[in-house]
Amino acid sequence: MFFTVALYTSLAIFAIGMLYKITTWFTRKVGFRGRQFTAWQRFSAFLRGLVGVLFSAKLFALIRALILDVLLHARIFKEDRLRWSMHMLIFSGFMMLFFMHAMEKHITMNLFPHYYSTLNPFLFLRNLFGLMVIVGVGIAIYRRFIIKVPRLMSGFMDKTTIVIVGVIILSGFLLEGAKMSSHTEFTYMVEDYAAIWDDEELEALESYWVQKFGTVSPTLKRPFAPEVLEMGYESHLANCADCHSPNKTAFVSYATAKAIAPVALFLDRVNAVGILWYVHILACFIGLAYLPFSKMLHMFSSTLTLLANAVMDPEHSLPANIATRQVLELDACTRCGTCNLRCSVSVAFEAKGNRLVLPAQKLAFLREYVRGGGLSREDLRAVHEGFYLCTNCDRCTVVCPAGINLRELWLSVREPLLATEGPTFHTLSPFSLFRGLNRHRLPAEGYERPVNEALETMAAKFPLVRDTAAEIAVSPIDTAFKAGTGNAADRTDTFVNCFACENCTTVCPVVQAFDDPQAAVGLLPHQIMRSLGLGLKDLALGAPMLWNCLTCYQCQEHCPQGVKVTDVLYELKNQAVREASCVNNNDGLRVNE
Amino acid sequence: MKFALFIGCNIPARVPHFERAARVVLAELQVDLVDVRRFNCCGYPLRNIDMQTALLFAARNLALAEAEGVDLLTLCQCCYGTLKKAAHQLANDAAAKAEANRFLARRGLAYEGKSEVKHLLSLLHKDIGTAAIKERVKAPFKNLKIAAHYGCHVLRPSDVMQFDDPVAPRVLDDLVALTGAKSVDWSQKLECCGAPLMGVNDALSKKLTAGKLADAKAAGADYLSVACPWCQIQFDTVQQQMEREGLSDVDLPSILYPQLLGLAMGLSEKALGLAENKKEIRGVNAFIAQ
Repeated sequence: MFFTVALYTSLAIFAIGMLYKITTWFTRKVGFRGRQFTAWQRFSAFLRGLVGVLFSAKLFALIRALILDVLLHARIFKEDRLRWSMHMLIFSGFMMLFFMHAMEKHITMNLFPHYYSTLNPFLFLRNLFGLMVIVGVGIAIYRRFIIKVPRLMSGFMDKTTIVIVGVIILSGFLLEGAKMSSHTEFTYMVEDYAAIWDDEELEALESYWVQKFGTVSPTLKRPFAPEVLEMGYESHLANCADCHSPNKTAFVSYATAKAIAPVALFLDRVNAVGILWYVHILACFIGLAYLPFSKMLHMFSSTLTLLANAVMDPEHSLPANIATRQVLELDACTRCGTCNLRCSVSVAFEAKGNRLVLPAQKLAFLREYVRGGGLSREDLRAVHEGFYLCTNCDRCTVVCPAGINLRELWLSVREPLLATEGPTFHTLSPFSLFRGLNRHRLPAEGYERPVNEALETMAAKFPLVRDTAAEIAVSPIDTAFKAGTGNAADRTDTFVNCFACENCTTVCPVVQAFDDPQAAVGLLPHQIMRSLGLGLKDLALGAPMLWNCLTCYQCQEHCPQGVKVTDVLYELKNQAVREASCVNNNDGLRVNE
Repeated sequence: MKFALFIGCNIPARVPHFERAARVVLAELQVDLVDVRRFNCCGYPLRNIDMQTALLFAARNLALAEAEGVDLLTLCQCCYGTLKKAAHQLANDAAAKAEANRFLARRGLAYEGKSEVKHLLSLLHKDIGTAAIKERVKAPFKNLKIAAHYGCHVLRPSDVMQFDDPVAPRVLDDLVALTGAKSVDWSQKLECCGAPLMGVNDALSKKLTAGKLADAKAAGADYLSVACPWCQIQFDTVQQQMEREGLSDVDLPSILYPQLLGLAMGLSEKALGLAENKKEIRGVNAFIAQ
């Protein structure tokens, strides 16, 4: 009764959970692509795409991915052999236990008409598969908590997964070990299966089981006389052996039975077998019910992602299907940390601590965000920086074991995130190359907004350049500025040597590109150097020239006075970003540092 | 000769045939390459925003090469410029070096300054030498006119880069000449390709690119030749976009220098990834002397 109720309850929760999850794959919206389609459009596009794949040569690509990437984990193998061993042990061990043991009534019994769970090879295999999972879980714990693989972050879900899987297998071994040692279990078996009417024979059989099968008897103790064991063996052959292989072949459980032998009688009295059965069954059912909401969902979502990406590409796939896949991909991430480990800009996280620089952490954020999780104003700067401080080097996409196309995901989600409140100063840097190159794939409206907003924020913070009519008061003269600039190597304080010969401005390709350069860039390079010489730091910091500088170093190379012009511009850009970030703090945004 | 190959971020994602072409050419020239998977971004794109952190990016790469006991070889002017500048700063700024080492120590690394930063072009020109390479040229070009584009960040600031004469450089011209091609004179040879402003000020970036393309074409060049992924993206991918947008019609494709050299060395078009350039460059085969 308990079993049936618990089974159907957990199955129902599992089914509802899966249905809910699958629904979200069609209804949730990620990135600019997600906003273009209704759920129904996405579902019908999915059906069209599915039929298109199943009845085309792409089917072979699908089968190939299924074998190599899903079943053999080829992508993990390429990255890290230890991790591959870990996952293969857990995956294959757990799957075999599921099909052979949990589904014994539906699968094993049909395949093997003479199946008994107590017969070999099943008795042995159950232990082998269980041991494989335990070793795999051990490696997982070793990687996460002992060697602490860099940038592998263990969250609640990772820990609960390890705990649930561990409890299922360990309780299984304990249950089997307790059964082996239990005298009550022995008595049940004799009553159910044996035909013994003779007390002497019964005692002999019990002695034999105590000797060979790990049973702990309240009355019979070793050593036994050889003729008693001989008689017990005869009885065992006649009554038990047909349906019960030697317990020793269930090597882990047998060792467990031996280990708990000293307390076996006590355990038997308190019905430990019954309790452990509840623990084992409950752990399995909790795992089943929790699956759609846990990391274990990845057995479906990562599989689907690997298969989808084996047959999809940004050029030819239906955009609606890409939108759907990108929601699925959020669920496919197992937070394994491979992308974090390989990320080209992870130093920025290690130096500054913004987790959102790391790909897996970005995914974790997105999962919450698309669920409708709010975006606090404090988070905004971290989000803007995290999603823009990316060289789009594709390494995360190449290494992801779940086959998530992170390259396309970043392209898609960056746009709506850039449109959230607050400037992204990183847009004023070569990080923008990728966005520029992909302009034709992005929504045209709003393309220029992020850069313009960053420039406008700068202009508002440093208004002196724009307001040419304004008299510059004596007060903004910053005599301490020189001392704060530069370092022993760059010597950006060389601006004091500028005598305004204008060589820097003459050779500047940006200046040459405009008919009225001063109108375009505010201050020309030599004017910036002179402004600094005069202590007008705030004037220099507001010059749009800073953000139009190519950093080609022509100015610096050609300065007869040795002014490190380009390096001074770099210095000013850094300062402007720092100061403009602070001004936002007054609006409640987080400060840069 | 053995180097840690530093491919950076643009090459694997957007110009992967640059790496492949460089590898086959270097293998022919008996240069051993070590791959260091832990290399990260050089720090270049972050310099506008946060030079301190960018320095840590570079320092980590330098320390990784140092741990391998080899010099670092880059295929990118901007990686070269950034790493070289970082090495210069770490050598001359004790406080910065101490801070970088504090950071590196957290991951078991240290920076001493034992590994040098080298660019593919100077490796070919100085370490292997033009004479030695010339001996390998089996299929020299004839009547091919190349506009050599150096890329800013190897040349300048020259006191730090120590690459070539910043006003009258010879390295790439000599390397072009040894393939049998003629390196044409063009006034904008040493100017920026425009790539650093792509995505920031697209109009200005493309205007600068258009100016360079027109100038090289006017000088009679059949192709540009570059050895930097940023410049190549600008002259290849962006030029093609500009043509679609009606912003350029000079049709001057850019060939990566290792592709040019590889062809002259008799390596296959496929190994050099000629078909992977956005703009068609396979016409260059017609210039190989029969």
